[in-house]
Amino acid sequence: MPSVWKRKDLVGLKDLTAEEIQLLLDTAKSLQQVSLRPVKKVPTLRGRTVANLFFEPSTRTRISFELAEKRLSADTIQFTGSNSSAVKGENLKDTVRNIEALKVDLIVMRHFSSGAPHRLAQSLPVSVVNAGDGINEHPTQALLDMFTIREKKGTLSGIQVAFVGDILHSRVARSNIWGLTKLGAKVTVCAPKTLLPAGIETFGVRVTSSLEEAIRDADVINLLRIQTERQDECYFPSIREYANNYQINSEILKRAKPDVLIMHPGPVNRGIELSSEVMDGPYSVILDQVTNGLAVRMAVLYLLSGTRRGGRKVNGS
Amino acid sequence: MSDNLLLKQIHVIDPKNHVDARLDVAIQNGIVTEIKKEILNSSGKVIDGKKLHLLPGLIDMHVHFREPGFEQKETIVTGSKAAIGGGFVAAVTMPNTHPPCDHQSVIDNIIRKANEVPFYIFPAATMTKGRSGKELSEMADLKRAGARAVTDDGDWVSDSLLMRRAMEYASMLDLLVVSHAEDKRLSGKGVMNEGVHSTELGLHGIPNASEVVAVNRDILLAELTGARLHVTHISTKGACEAIQAAKKKGIQVTADVTPHHLSLTDQAIADYDTNFKMNPPLRSEDDRKAILEALANGTIDAIATDHAPHTDEEKMMEFQDAPVGVTGVETALGVVLTELYHKQVLDLANIAAKMSLRPAELLKLPKGFGEIQIGSEANLTLVDVNLEWVVKRDEFISKSKNSCFIGKTLRGKAVGTICKGKLWEKQF
Amino acid sequence: MTQNKQIMNSDEMDRAITRIAHEILEKNKGTHQMVLVGIHTGGAILAKQFQEKIKNIESREVPLGSLDITLYRDDLSEIGPQPNIGETEIEFDVSGKTIVLVDDVLFTGRTVRCALDALIDLGRPRTIQLAVLIDRGHRELPIKPDFVGKNIPTAKEEEVVVVFGENESSNCVLIQRKDV
Repeated sequence: MPSVWKRKDLVGLKDLTAEEIQLLLDTAKSLQQVSLRPVKKVPTLRGRTVANLFFEPSTRTRISFELAEKRLSADTIQFTGSNSSAVKGENLKDTVRNIEALKVDLIVMRHFSSGAPHRLAQSLPVSVVNAGDGINEHPTQALLDMFTIREKKGTLSGIQVAFVGDILHSRVARSNIWGLTKLGAKVTVCAPKTLLPAGIETFGVRVTSSLEEAIRDADVINLLRIQTERQDECYFPSIREYANNYQINSEILKRAKPDVLIMHPGPVNRGIELSSEVMDGPYSVILDQVTNGLAVRMAVLYLLSGTRRGGRKVNGS
Repeated sequence: MSDNLLLKQIHVIDPKNHVDARLDVAIQNGIVTEIKKEILNSSGKVIDGKKLHLLPGLIDMHVHFREPGFEQKETIVTGSKAAIGGGFVAAVTMPNTHPPCDHQSVIDNIIRKANEVPFYIFPAATMTKGRSGKELSEMADLKRAGARAVTDDGDWVSDSLLMRRAMEYASMLDLLVVSHAEDKRLSGKGVMNEGVHSTELGLHGIPNASEVVAVNRDILLAELTGARLHVTHISTKGACEAIQAAKKKGIQVTADVTPHHLSLTDQAIADYDTNFKMNPPLRSEDDRKAILEALANGTIDAIATDHAPHTDEEKMMEFQDAPVGVTGVETALGVVLTELYHKQVLDLANIAAKMSLRPAELLKLPKGFGEIQIGSEANLTLVDVNLEWVVKRDEFISKSKNSCFIGKTLRGKAVGTICKGKLWEKQF
Repeated sequence: MTQNKQIMNSDEMDRAITRIAHEILEKNKGTHQMVLVGIHTGGAILAKQFQEKIKNIESREVPLGSLDITLYRDDLSEIGPQPNIGETEIEFDVSGKTIVLVDDVLFTGRTVRCALDALIDLGRPRTIQLAVLIDRGHRELPIKPDFVGKNIPTAKEEEVVVVFGENESSNCVLIQRKDV
């Protein structure tokens, strides 16, 4: 019996069931073909308006959502807010209410504060998609990562996925951990101890600070961007030392499985967390991730557009 | 304006004078005139006390009434009325006002406004000028104006030399040194307790060590200087242990805890509700259990609310940007009775000690506070320990509504407060 | 209570399908540039049967595809949770082809409208013809089938169901009527 999507919002993978995640991935699979046709557009969301509210700068995610919306024939509006709440003067709810007053049907939101989309989703009747909140979740990125793994490996169940990098500040890692563990994948997180969040071992993942241990039996290595500007917070001694210990390069990959996949949510610090030859080499599926992101975001928009609370009134047939 | 009152057959709890009995209490012209088995001839209003307990008036050692400077959140008048509604007769206001309470004129102003209510405020003055942690404030002058405690509250004095000097100077004046013990560098960008739940919610955490490191340094300096150190709103097991050990060594250290830290844990922060954002943050169940034990064994001397009102607009902000703090004066007694009395952690005499007697002693308040004494001004709290009530947002007297207990059912409530001899009653 | 009335048994269905296969070939003078596209799910099963019939007659296998029209529906905002999207499998270029679009039941015409839009987004066919097993009337759009198995007058609240059973002998067409 195929499951049915009933949620108004997608704020994270934490609260989703395995069936709901499967449905999202299956729907994305069906939508993949739209981008392969001469007319890369379907009329599904014709007449619907999607607001993309990016309170934190983003290029990749914003473009991907925008294109997904256009492929589904939705009308879109863009809002790019300030990075600092101190200078914005208006509170988030008011900003969004203003946009809601323009009668949008769906809000895609990235925000620098964890939980911002959750609060908004509770207080507004329109659907809210979390495009990344603080250090909390980035559900569509995790879904596209899972989609890519499933596509390449045929399944997620029993697949070993290692996350290497700044786990502490990574919403990508957090969403992936929620999602992957629900679908039966085995997750390892690997970082210097300073970049591991408190209590992460209770999330059903293996925790290590040894890169070699993390990648030895990994089917997938998902690298996280190191924020070089965080250095003054004493997380690690130097970029040089970080790269020496945690960089994925062809040398260290000799100790990994021969069919290992290399993933990265981007943008990549070439030569820091990932060497150029690996990034451009045969293991890398980084560009597949970008392509799949489109189908996944179309799937999210498609499913959510059917469950708008209150709905609209339609006359006759 | 004072009332003549006769409290008939009320259960009097007075830990200082070891009274725990059903008695008649007469109040004439605001003074307690008689306490005995039965008072036959008395003028004025008679209150049937059969269902009630009479406690020495509650004293809150830690409130923010926001005036001067932040009157949109609370004023001396609204804060005082809210406190009276919660059963308090006196409160210690924290000096993080604007301007800060580092000058006698600010103290004068606060006390004068409280007198008009009437309510007792014993303002805590700043320990350093402008709470900037650089130079000592004029403590002798501040004491003359009415300050009984000094503190920089939210800004722990991280400069150990300055703290040493402040404690030496304060001890010379017999001022209580109140410490909000927190190493801000360790707290970092944290907005809630560091642990599984902060990781789960994707919020930056504040480790227990941030408090424990600070408590231990302050204790060492108290030992060095002989100052009376009072660590306010402790939240961690480590702080309880440090204070217990220090007391054993004879160091003059005392502590208080808030109703929310003794009743809630970081698990309560679902849905990023900013009414659960406070500093120190709600901690783990392990810490909460340690606090209950420390209350029972006397390590924690007092219960204080850290009543910290904020406007809806401020609390509407995102979790990481919203201001810290929750209101407390109106729910404190209800929470304490629900969590401590009805769950048999403390008896009423102990609760009266932690919410009245010990605060009066630590602040060295005049006779009549913290006890029920013939000849003293009547500052008393009438309590129905079994009254069940639901905390409702619309029913707060305080100007702000940022309570973490909204919607909770509490058992026990102050049904009347006699402050400066004047009776404030709600439900007789 | 639902009442079922059988209006075609498996033999009658098979005869109708055979006849339509002949008509398709007759009208198009063979199978040149012809492809069959069935609408997911009933039309897809039917299209496969046409393919077999045509193979028996002409000894030629006509390319077969299936089309899911979910993304083209005009009633998505009215029907509650989004329906699951089926697979569209058209592995050939439709440009220049004669497409025989196959569906089991023709009713309002809206499904066919969706299918026409979907097909045109895939390329530029030379012509599109429509083959249906049952035409039950009540058209809401100006759409007319080229090949019909059987015309059945129905009431609007009735439902026509084409059943494809486990083996061919259990195939049938039913009219369901829900009692109020």
